[in-house]
Amino acid sequence: MNFAATKELEAEVDELITHYPVKRAASLMVLHAIQEQFGWISQEAVQWTAKKLELQPINVFEILTFYPMLRQEPMGKYQIKVCRTLSCALGGAYELREHFCKKFGLDAHKHGAQTTPDGKFTVEFVECLASCGTAPVMMVNDDFYEGVSHAKADEIVGECQ
Amino acid sequence: MSTAATTETKPAPTAIEKIKVKVDGREIEVPRLIADWSGKLTPTTMIQACELAKTEVPHYCYHPKLPVVGNCRMCLVEYGMPALGPDRKPVLNSDGTPKIAKMPRPAISCATPISPGMEIYTTTPAVKQMREGVLESLLINHPLDCPICDQAGECKLQEYSVDYGQSASRFVETKVHKPKAVDLGPRIMLDAERCILCTRCIRFTKDIAGDDALGIINRGSYNTIATFPGMPFDNNYTLNTVDICPVGALTSKDFRFKMRVWFLKETKSVCTSCATGCNVLIGSREDKIQRYTPRENDAVNGPWMCDAGRLNYKWIGRDDRLKDVLVRGQKTTWTAALNEISDKLKKSQAGSVAIVASARQTNEELWLISKLKSKLGAISDSVARVGESDKLLVSADKNPNTNGARLTGICFSEIGTSLPQIANGIASGKIKTLIVFGEDVTKHGIGADLLGKLDNLIVSDILPNATTKLAHYILPGCAHAEKRGSFTNTKGRVQKFMKAVEAPGDARAEWEFLHDLVFNVTGQDGFVTIEGLFNAMAADVSAFNGLTWATLGDTGVTVKI
Repeated sequence: MNFAATKELEAEVDELITHYPVKRAASLMVLHAIQEQFGWISQEAVQWTAKKLELQPINVFEILTFYPMLRQEPMGKYQIKVCRTLSCALGGAYELREHFCKKFGLDAHKHGAQTTPDGKFTVEFVECLASCGTAPVMMVNDDFYEGVSHAKADEIVGECQ
Repeated sequence: MSTAATTETKPAPTAIEKIKVKVDGREIEVPRLIADWSGKLTPTTMIQACELAKTEVPHYCYHPKLPVVGNCRMCLVEYGMPALGPDRKPVLNSDGTPKIAKMPRPAISCATPISPGMEIYTTTPAVKQMREGVLESLLINHPLDCPICDQAGECKLQEYSVDYGQSASRFVETKVHKPKAVDLGPRIMLDAERCILCTRCIRFTKDIAGDDALGIINRGSYNTIATFPGMPFDNNYTLNTVDICPVGALTSKDFRFKMRVWFLKETKSVCTSCATGCNVLIGSREDKIQRYTPRENDAVNGPWMCDAGRLNYKWIGRDDRLKDVLVRGQKTTWTAALNEISDKLKKSQAGSVAIVASARQTNEELWLISKLKSKLGAISDSVARVGESDKLLVSADKNPNTNGARLTGICFSEIGTSLPQIANGIASGKIKTLIVFGEDVTKHGIGADLLGKLDNLIVSDILPNATTKLAHYILPGCAHAEKRGSFTNTKGRVQKFMKAVEAPGDARAEWEFLHDLVFNVTGQDGFVTIEGLFNAMAADVSAFNGLTWATLGDTGVTVKI
């Protein structure tokens, strides 16, 4: 197991576990804590979590594979999440994602999150970001952008250094 | 494993209250509590009441020996309860019977307890529609590759499709294709798109085998049974998941694509890999064994068996089986060889004969050998086989019939203690004739040099070994699958097994030629059939007194050991 948890992470996880009546209930929060620190959750991290929570790795792996926002591989430095739920879909979300794909040389026909070879950008569709009146909307990491035209998109990407 | 699976599950004699329910209009009395998968008494469910009423309720995820999860929805039924008035008293019909209020919604019968006066309806149009609907949705992403599916012929999807399926699919969208031929472990191959996610395999391996190795990964239509990457599904009970998989998703690598199951002849037998004696069905076709599957016996193995025992059948069909009766290397007939052996034994001096029998032989054979032993004043013993045991079914004693050898007087309670005495007897020249059944004595302290000193080395075995090479007389014997007989397991369960396949060449069931030999030497006769032989033995051996071949039934009888 080559996953090394820092002392801080270990302390955070130990504290998280105390929030719940059974250790297993802390699974999701522990995975969040790991992703917060490493940006993704490796198989070794799953094994570490399972050991921490006195579970089998498959129990944790089930959760990890259920949620697309829990990452099973490293993502780009800037994660562009384009909303594709109804209003945004009508408002040009598909064209917006295609624009990003073209810009970064990614395959627009491929499903799921895609990362540029230099590891700088990840582009993916997400479901509703709760701003249907200002479609299309998207997020770059934790920042939210509304009414994203292609020109605005280029501008946002330009600021990502 | 739960205690229920390895001990008698007849409910404790403490009276369990009975309650009356109606299944499709027929009133039956059922116990209020029934042992669940773990043997614990729990409230009787509707599906159990229906089973007691001999009414079939189709189901996938429910299994009587596994925890209930209620996820397949196939066992939905309608039901009604006695109506209560505003005064909380039963409302009566004009004829004085309680008025039944039909519940507006159905319930899954596997997880809904019964209550007094409940009426269960399994044949209403609504129930039929629900079954059709559940089946249709289960088949949405199912590949319908029945022609090449190993489960075909014993598949619950096929069976219920006959009852509730539709001849044409209404599904016009694209099916989700999940992975085929996923290597789950050394003995299990998963076809993910055939899986209906009933979770029987997950519950079995977690709760019965105690190895929480399987889970459901991904989401929605992409849900797939999986192990954690790099952790193969590899405990000694994995193949049971193939048995309980209601569809063709989990397949046995050993049996996969080998045989259409409807060509198999199934013979009731007993596993010989250890002293537990799990009940099995031998699936064979044209004298070739294709597979073992466990046969339910709550007094021994429940519905399970271990992988090692299940796959331990290939030696029976080996090419180097002993097939010929040989006298000093020359092929001869059974009559000639047995006559010659009988003459030599009759002329032998008391105490000059020793017998090494095998605790892999049947009760009947060991008893016949004990008759020879007492007539000849011979010393006898057998060979112990000790291995690893586990908490479920595997016994440390790898002989299937150690208790039979003890009860028939072939060996003492500690098996193999007389072997040095036999070796010394041969060395000193006192023992001139050695009879060996199914054991390679060169590995147990009677080496080739000692065997070379014997006047007569009479050996019956199935496969060649160092002892058979030195034998003056070779009497080719039968595997248990090639004959009938009985074993006494580690707990004293006497269990009979039937003949599945023919023995190769001139090989003959040991009890048959032992009968001839015993008749020639002792004059004792009267048991030319296995039934007669067993009954004669049962009358003679005190532990077996009162037993008959017929009363053993399919699941055996426990005797005091």
